[in-house]
Amino acid sequence: MRIVFKTSHDADIRLWKHGMQLSWYLLLLALAAALPLLLDDFMLGEATNVLVWAIAGMGLMLLVGHAGQASLGHAAWLALGAYANTLLQTKAGMPFLLSLPLAAVISGLVAALVTLPIMRLHGIYLAIATLALSVLTEDIIILAEPWTGGVSGLFAPDIEIFGVNFNRYANPHGLYWLVLAITVLVTLGYANLLRAPTGRAFVAVRDSEVSARAMGVHVARTKTLAFALSAAVTAIAGALMGHMAGVFNNETFNIVISIYLLMMIVIGGLGAIHGAFLGALVIGFLPQAIALLRSALAGALGVGSITIPGLETAVFGAILAAFLLFEPRGIYGRWIVIRTWFELFPFYRRDMFRRQRSYLKTERMR
Amino acid sequence: MSLLELDDVTLSFGGVKAVDRVSFAVEEGEVFALVGPNGAGKSTIFNLISRFYTPQEGDISFDGRSILDLAPEDIADLGIARTFQNVELFEQATVLQNLLVGRHRHRRSRLWQDILFTPFVRREELRHRIAVEKVIEFLELEPYREKYIQGLPYGVRKMVEMGRALAMEPRLILLDEPASGLSVEETRDIAFWIEDMRKLMGITVVMVEHDMNLVRDVSDRVLALADGRVLAVGTPREVQTDPRVIEAYLGPGEEVA
Repeated sequence: MRIVFKTSHDADIRLWKHGMQLSWYLLLLALAAALPLLLDDFMLGEATNVLVWAIAGMGLMLLVGHAGQASLGHAAWLALGAYANTLLQTKAGMPFLLSLPLAAVISGLVAALVTLPIMRLHGIYLAIATLALSVLTEDIIILAEPWTGGVSGLFAPDIEIFGVNFNRYANPHGLYWLVLAITVLVTLGYANLLRAPTGRAFVAVRDSEVSARAMGVHVARTKTLAFALSAAVTAIAGALMGHMAGVFNNETFNIVISIYLLMMIVIGGLGAIHGAFLGALVIGFLPQAIALLRSALAGALGVGSITIPGLETAVFGAILAAFLLFEPRGIYGRWIVIRTWFELFPFYRRDMFRRQRSYLKTERMR
Repeated sequence: MSLLELDDVTLSFGGVKAVDRVSFAVEEGEVFALVGPNGAGKSTIFNLISRFYTPQEGDISFDGRSILDLAPEDIADLGIARTFQNVELFEQATVLQNLLVGRHRHRRSRLWQDILFTPFVRREELRHRIAVEKVIEFLELEPYREKYIQGLPYGVRKMVEMGRALAMEPRLILLDEPASGLSVEETRDIAFWIEDMRKLMGITVVMVEHDMNLVRDVSDRVLALADGRVLAVGTPREVQTDPRVIEAYLGPGEEVA
């Protein structure tokens, strides 16, 4: 087991725990940057897709994993990001570098406004309200036809930065590196937030609203901020999804996407940035895995092909149910257990990560 | 002028008068204890001072200013810290993070600075951590510094909660049964710490406590409550020998053979 001797407060403040950890992250980043040289264009497209999902996952993780508020309607912010970004480019003639952050800001502001009335809801009621939001968004897209193109959808132009085109097929390497850069920036911002007072206020609201209040944390304000930041990050992912899809309409960002998003962070592991990435890997590569499995199965059985409608959704559902039953901490939580087992070998105790019985809670004063 | 003043405060829940025309004043720098049987309204008074409840009548003022127009969130900014009877900590966070939340009222950085983690935020963090480290040293929490709350024993949780309140650098600290559920040694530690809070840190202490030995050892004045009404105020000895207090605790006197 590694014992870190801390000789200054910086050891607690900086993003990595020890030099070795920093090297690992840098190695991972180098590997990610070198990926276009290792993969073919199809797999690189999938990798880009995973990164975009990871950004969306981080958006939702901030809200659910760190601020402790449920949302079943995050596809609404994906949609808002995609539409706002595309319209800012096509109607207002803005360059991508301006329209992307502006789309995020717009989504954040809208989220803050929308959150005001549903602020006082908790748990399941909040989840239902956000679900309604997602349904409403689809209708609004159809109603606002002159802008959004309604059912026939909207064409997203290619990303262009200073004359360089980042088309998905013409310049897959460029697009991948661009998305990777955005992912790294979002991750750094997220990690910074968590080690600063704002991130601690989120965690305080998640774990005990009563004592957060007593510490002077404005609970309503903190929740609104969490919603706004979450929507803004999710909108960035939405804008990128729009560019990658090329064309999107009211059904592109439907409720199923909202549920995938939530599943993703639960499977990845709630309450850690790592969880968003691990979940994105699962969501991103599962369809490939299922397709491979399906053709392998068809080959083994000697039939031409197997088509089962809804198979993917069923497998997703089964995996989610299995995680909730057997490993509610998600992949990242399981990884920590395994790592601890090796670090402490042979002294690991079985109940090390078991939840302690919770002590009596003060009657909630809401 | 007293630091904290309650003036004819009344609060009823339905037909029950939880607090009935209670008045008292706490002077700066003293240790003031609230005692009384269960349901006397001690914790309710704490919740009134923290503004979780609003009294139907009367006024509460801190440092000469009425606090009834303030929200619970604003109470911390005045320099009033509190602990809870049933320990309300941030379970999925470490001891250090819990104490750092106590520093929330001293935060000066803005959101964008937090996201970029500017040098200013780093300097601020350093300031907060030095303050928190002092509290950790004071309450001897070093072994638990990096531990998550959800795995800690009850006694340590109580200490962490007290530490979180101290990290706020308050003027007034409200301790709700600081010694309940603690061992004799731990209770003795609490007595020393309360002394130090007052003498070294200059914090005024108001506490609810059932352990009469602790109350006698540390408090300057005691207020005895029963059924939401004030029975007696005075030094621990005066209150303990007051016939009305004895009656509230032991029932009406009977002829003993």
